[in-house]
Amino acid sequence: MVEEQKLHHHEVLEAEATDRVLFGFWVYLMTDLLMFSVLFACYAVLHNNTFGGATASELFSLPVALTETLILLTSSFTVGIAMVAARNRDKTQTLIWFGLTFVLGLAFLVLELKEFSALIHEGHTLKTNAFLSSFFILVGTHGLHITSGLVWMTTTMGYIMKRGLNAPLVRKLSMLSLFWHFLDIVWIFIFTIVYLGAFV
Amino acid sequence: MKDLIFGKLTLQSLPHEWFTIGGTAAFFGLAIFAAIVLSRTKRWGWLWNDWLTSVDPKKIGIMYFLVAGFMLVRGGIDAIMMWLQQALSSGSSHGFLTADHYQQIFTAHGNIMVFFVAMAFIFGLINFIVPLQIGARDLASPLLNTLGFWLYVSGVVMVNMFFILGGEYAATGWLATAPLSGLEFSPGVGVDYWIWSLQISGIGTTLAAINFIVTIFKMRAPGMSLWKMPLFTWGSLCSMIMAVAVFPLLTATLFLMYFDRALGTHFFTTTSGGDPMMYANLIWMWGHPEVYILMLPAFGVFSEVVSTFSRKPIASYTSNVLGMIGVSAFALSVWLHHFFTMGASADVNAFFGVMTMFIAIPTSVLVFTWIATMYKGKIKFDTPMLWFLGFIFIFTIGGIAGLMLAVPPADFQLHNSLFLVAHFHSMVVGGVLFGIFCGISYWFPKFAGFRLNEPIGRYAFWCWLVGFCLSFIPMYFLGLMGATRRMDHYDSITGWQPFFALMFIGGLVLAAGLALQLAQILASFIQKNHLRDETGDPWNGRTLEWAVPSPPPFYNFTVIPQVSTRDAYFDMKQNGDLKPAYEDIVIPKNTGAGIYISIFAFFAGFGFVWHIIWMIVVSLVGIIVVFIVRGFNEESEYTVTAAEVKKLEETRLEKAMAVVPNKYDKTNEDMGLKELIRIIYFFVLDIIKNKRWQKW
Repeated sequence: MVEEQKLHHHEVLEAEATDRVLFGFWVYLMTDLLMFSVLFACYAVLHNNTFGGATASELFSLPVALTETLILLTSSFTVGIAMVAARNRDKTQTLIWFGLTFVLGLAFLVLELKEFSALIHEGHTLKTNAFLSSFFILVGTHGLHITSGLVWMTTTMGYIMKRGLNAPLVRKLSMLSLFWHFLDIVWIFIFTIVYLGAFV
Repeated sequence: MKDLIFGKLTLQSLPHEWFTIGGTAAFFGLAIFAAIVLSRTKRWGWLWNDWLTSVDPKKIGIMYFLVAGFMLVRGGIDAIMMWLQQALSSGSSHGFLTADHYQQIFTAHGNIMVFFVAMAFIFGLINFIVPLQIGARDLASPLLNTLGFWLYVSGVVMVNMFFILGGEYAATGWLATAPLSGLEFSPGVGVDYWIWSLQISGIGTTLAAINFIVTIFKMRAPGMSLWKMPLFTWGSLCSMIMAVAVFPLLTATLFLMYFDRALGTHFFTTTSGGDPMMYANLIWMWGHPEVYILMLPAFGVFSEVVSTFSRKPIASYTSNVLGMIGVSAFALSVWLHHFFTMGASADVNAFFGVMTMFIAIPTSVLVFTWIATMYKGKIKFDTPMLWFLGFIFIFTIGGIAGLMLAVPPADFQLHNSLFLVAHFHSMVVGGVLFGIFCGISYWFPKFAGFRLNEPIGRYAFWCWLVGFCLSFIPMYFLGLMGATRRMDHYDSITGWQPFFALMFIGGLVLAAGLALQLAQILASFIQKNHLRDETGDPWNGRTLEWAVPSPPPFYNFTVIPQVSTRDAYFDMKQNGDLKPAYEDIVIPKNTGAGIYISIFAFFAGFGFVWHIIWMIVVSLVGIIVVFIVRGFNEESEYTVTAAEVKKLEETRLEKAMAVVPNKYDKTNEDMGLKELIRIIYFFVLDIIKNKRWQKW
């Protein structure tokens, strides 16, 4: 009886902790969104300041951007499935679906880096003009976030293999999935404003 | 090769001016002295285990106070130097500072006072008081709290780094206006020091603010709805929400500024399509709310104090809260009034001018609720109440000056004049700093277990009030006569010198006020048994922080209280429901992770300043590793059982009963200044006569 009560008490504490952590993480995501909003504002102000250089429509390729978008959207789907598995405490399924998400994230990153290196190779660097500065920093910051998401995913997977799916780790996964969806939404805005906007 | 190891750091950048060498000597002298004392008294373990790695918000609060107090003296010396320079530097005399040095001083003064003094004092108060007021034992994330504090300390070290390791500080004004702060016009490392000291401490602020929002929303005692929260907690909540709304803007803007300087991007440059005015917009979108982030907790302090010392509940609690919410909301839409001269259209200027004037409405609501609280109250004029009354006086003057500045055509004349400097000092000194002093003198019994000496506190208050008027009222007149801010020299024909001399005298009076406050704390320590707060409730307080003993035990409450009304503790006293009870308590373990991350953050910042690539890489990897190791540590808490709590409580009571008064406690009165000087005199005489240092 006492044992049962203790167990119940422990569960209540865990639930309260999850509630606090997720709320705090939402607030953090909003601060991150504000940082992005500064970068978007800079891009909006500076995107025509090419200083005689090539314009957005001359530099960007819509098929590449669309591929990146589709990859990232798919990864949002896989992360959703992974979370369902995690909540059911199904370790194998969780690892598989997060693994898939990792691969998609990596593919996105590779495409982005290829795009960047092609631009730099042609002499369009972030030093060239204000338009390219704001482009590289905005899209690059998103890429950096994706990278940190991948590092986070790897370490969490490592701990799941070691410890199994306990409550604190599922809580970490919930935060990670929120983070991943958040990056997806930010990317949709990048795709719309930066890439589609260039051809309007 | 040399570049790879040292970046831009060379022997030439080591300290070589009198003020940097003096600063370095003083710093190392202090550090060595502290190390000797700690080793002699075998206190290293105590320092590390009980304080530096502590996650107890009460201890973190006190550490904030100590560092902030130190920085207040540091920033105050800057202020005195500026006043002296301006008093001397008229006509053929050019004072004792070069123009460049003068510029670095006013920049450092602004940064230190806003970020490393006011912000830190406010965080100290929030840390100590908010958990107690809402009936919580800890914060939502103890780790983020210690991390926030240590990142702040990293920022403090960074802002003083040019003393120790040379280079220079920014000479650009406290917000480093672009394009002046760009590489073209500020090629030295001063602006980089500025960027990274603000960046590191600013990230700490964001994290701390998130933590407090979660704590206040999720960890209140049962029964305490939002509309039953104490007003200081309300002020803190508004302030923290504003902080998460604007500090990310600062972080992003500082990054962009650094990219401009280090990577050659063109965000705020004058060439290649950059836009310097975008910098002004972005930095003030953060900068204006920032002063309200400081102001709102101070408003909360005044609400608590005026209610306690008028022995009445606050008049119209709802209006007071709505006033604070209104101030926070409007504060986010007035930033453009800092640069009406930008050349935006008349409509844009009119909008921001009107919004600025609107802020006066919720602010006046607050002032009226305080005055209405005093009306028909039985007012006790203790020092906290004096600080409050001084605040009302100065804040009203400053507020009306602010309304004048809000009118765009008037602002075109007053922009960048000393009138503006006088205005914002009225708000930040008269409002924020007086609020901090008010809060510290009010809650000191809770921090230390004994209240502060009363007579010396009164002298200190009067010095601050008189000194403030002497040093800032003339500034309003000088501003109207055309004196610009940041001026290190003026023609004697202007006839301004007597005003500046008066301001310098005012500065000395302010310094005397600060010295008296230190004397007050010393006198209180000497007489601490006489001043001891045995009940935990020295002022007949109304809110929950007075329900626990002074100083509170590390678990704050033996049982979490049930709240049913606004003045929760006052009603408990009335109804007599204050019986001892005990329960099992879960307490977070101490952690050094905050310190380790902050040390790495400091070195990363240092690497960014001097372009030392390996140091940046190593530090960033270090930060990530500490985060991972700590983040996946699942045993960060321990339980104190009810029986243990009971025993701790009994020991505490026994100790409190067993206090033996010393020879200074025999009188029934707080000692005066004369008595304090006599005691110090005899103490020093005793040491010299009996050669007591031989024992050390």
